[in-house]
Amino acid sequence: MVQLNRREALAFGGASFLTGLLLGGGAQAQATDTLTIAFNVNLPSFDPCVGPSSVNPTIQAIYRSIFDQYVGQDPDLALAPGLLTKWGWNDDKSKAWMDVREGVVWHDGSPLTPEDIVWSIQRAGDANGGNPVAFVWASLVNFKVEGQRITADCKNFDPTIFKWMAFLTGYVLPKAYYTKVGADGFEKKPIGTGPYMVDEYQGNAFLRLKRNDKYWGPKPAFETVVFKFVPDGTSRVAEIESGSSDVTLEIPYEEYDRLKAKPGLAGVCQPITDIGMIFITNVEKEMLDDNVRLAAIAAIDKELIAKRLLRGYATPIDTLDAPGYEAYDPSIKTPYDPEKAKKLLAASGYSPEKPVKFTIQTTRGFKPKDYETIQAIVGMWRKVGIEANIEVYEIAKHYELRAGHKLAPMAFYNWGDAIGDPTCSTGFAMFSYSPNSAWKSKDVDDLIGPLWGEKDEAKRIAGWKAVDKYIAEKGYVIPLVQYSQPIIYKSSLKVVANGTGALQPTLVSKG
Amino acid sequence: MTSGLLQRLGMAAITMIGVAVIVFVLLRVVPGDPIAMMISPGASPSDIAALRAHYGLDAGLLAQFVVWARDLAHGDLGTSISLHRHVLELLAERLPATLELAMASLVFAAALGGAVAVFGALIADTAMAPLVDAVNGLFLAVPDFIWAFLLVLAFGVFAPVLPLSGRIDPSLGVRFVTPFYLIESLLTLRFSVLVDIARHMIMPTLALGLPLASIITRVLKESLREAMVQDYVLLARLKGMSRLRLVLQEALRNAVAPTLALTGVQFTFLIGGTVIIERIFSYPGIGNMAVDAVINRDLPLIQGLTLVFGGLFIIVNGIVDLLVAAANPRLRHG
Repeated sequence: MVQLNRREALAFGGASFLTGLLLGGGAQAQATDTLTIAFNVNLPSFDPCVGPSSVNPTIQAIYRSIFDQYVGQDPDLALAPGLLTKWGWNDDKSKAWMDVREGVVWHDGSPLTPEDIVWSIQRAGDANGGNPVAFVWASLVNFKVEGQRITADCKNFDPTIFKWMAFLTGYVLPKAYYTKVGADGFEKKPIGTGPYMVDEYQGNAFLRLKRNDKYWGPKPAFETVVFKFVPDGTSRVAEIESGSSDVTLEIPYEEYDRLKAKPGLAGVCQPITDIGMIFITNVEKEMLDDNVRLAAIAAIDKELIAKRLLRGYATPIDTLDAPGYEAYDPSIKTPYDPEKAKKLLAASGYSPEKPVKFTIQTTRGFKPKDYETIQAIVGMWRKVGIEANIEVYEIAKHYELRAGHKLAPMAFYNWGDAIGDPTCSTGFAMFSYSPNSAWKSKDVDDLIGPLWGEKDEAKRIAGWKAVDKYIAEKGYVIPLVQYSQPIIYKSSLKVVANGTGALQPTLVSKG
Repeated sequence: MTSGLLQRLGMAAITMIGVAVIVFVLLRVVPGDPIAMMISPGASPSDIAALRAHYGLDAGLLAQFVVWARDLAHGDLGTSISLHRHVLELLAERLPATLELAMASLVFAAALGGAVAVFGALIADTAMAPLVDAVNGLFLAVPDFIWAFLLVLAFGVFAPVLPLSGRIDPSLGVRFVTPFYLIESLLTLRFSVLVDIARHMIMPTLALGLPLASIITRVLKESLREAMVQDYVLLARLKGMSRLRLVLQEALRNAVAPTLALTGVQFTFLIGGTVIIERIFSYPGIGNMAVDAVINRDLPLIQGLTLVFGGLFIIVNGIVDLLVAAANPRLRHG
């Protein structure tokens, strides 16, 4: 037997450790039955109905893996049966009804009941419960359960209530389990009815999910899914390039083009329900001048911005209802026309020599090329007689200013409407009583007001198209582009792009 | 001795109270309202008021401070707005990851910086000496986050031998009793786990440690240069002591005190540096959590994190003072 003295033993141990460090397995993603996603945001909380994360569109990919929504949504945004198989209203739309799917079990094996559905809606609608959209859920009251059917009174008719059931905070939570373990206990060990179960979570590091073999829907392709939380874009590029992750998203378009051309990698970049726009605040006198607003719109070459700055991965838009949204009307156009812009400004006494001056706010790095887009627009404006001063702010500042109606005369923002309903795009962005609107005027309110509770769906959508047309003619907002979402993945996989932008593991399969 | 300790503890308490007050007031004065970030389209003023009340932000500044200070005195740092968990619990969970990383970086920096400084002192009179200074100057000029990206490129992309993110391989499924993964895996002799954790720490440790190592090199090398011309060193040299022994046994002992003091100060900056380095490597410590807390304007969590950072600075400086006193007999004996 070989005898080692103390020095030799230490040297041997040290050498073995160093060898292990460097050769302890490459940085490759794991087994073929594991899907590793380099995800762009951290998961702050498992409760999909409370707090800031509940209204974060990106995180819905994780929530939809663990929980089910009342109503499902296909990648093309169409609603589909979820935990509710059918839904609707009575003839006069004073009551809503919902049929609950049978045979669904929670991750702990207990059955889903209609009481879970009722409790989840009531919990979400509690004004003091911390749900940011509690007012939506509070519109349903006086629930009654008969077998698998739930009926409720519509306190006020909301034509979008079933769409919200596939949207933010529209998740079903386990009444008995949640009541038993409480909010803290639920955060530590959450359960849902979704296709994946929580196996391990390390905040700011990773979330590991295991397949729910009792799932009522199609069997998910992977036994294990790992969401690695990699908020830094450069690190996400390195993750996919090194093979450490199988899929990643939201990387710079330049990197997307480079990576998808590499052997072993593939990419998809489809339009999602996320748009770039410029709010106009009707406070300062310059913004109250129709000629100035309309000139500002006519002077922007959106095609050029989409093609050059965003490398073709964006679609120019003329209304807040983008292609794919229900009230999208391709006939509404606000064409690029610098000569018209000059004439409009001249009518108000402005010219390139004597420009109209105001401030435009923008984020920098929050959305792809946001600052550069505004820089380009300011350059286009300068040629026609608009001198805009760019002010960079954080997104948190934008929210605060917007809520207080204190944004600069113009402010860049991105707006998401994953259900594609006009109430959640034009409605909330332009109705003066909405805390998220910047242009607040009676003429728009008069047009929008009757549409909130319109019971005739065709009339409702036609009404919203008319609102969009009116806003475009008056120049109350500047819609810019609809973004596309870059996703890079190993070519051995198949990825179905989701119109909402939520990269759900169930949309990834083995090629 | 006891009065000195009490005086130091008193000063630390006053500093912490000052930090707490300043942070509390500043957070409520700077732009960024956490409730504004949550307000959804269509929320009415009463909905917004309810949300504000839910998170305890409806009261006046003074009333909020009184509640916060009272809870703080009872060890309650509040509940995180974004993470929905007690701040103290979150800090206890994440702080060990940062401490392990910071300590590993410090040890690495001290070892590398010390070795290069000694090497520099040994070759001080040779033609190679300027080369050491030039290389060290280069390392000094490159900030930690640039090192991080270079390391990601080198060991994550071009030669992918090291993990790019996280603290442990998600597929291992190892359960820990304590949040000190590195120490626990070492004490429980789980060497494969230890290796995995160490591999995850290499790049962030290098990124944090390299700039500090170059500072240590610079200060220690200068101190060694000064020590090497002192009478006691000259006497030892006359006695025939080798240059290596002169540096290690005679000069180093007296040169180490100023380096220790500076390293202590730099270590506090290193802890601050974990904010960006943990973000780049998705390392789940308090630095990474701090970024999310700021993005989400999570006031209770930011306050808790600031107190922890403040506490760490005070503790580190206290330890450094003790070490400097121990290393310098003149200070030890007043």
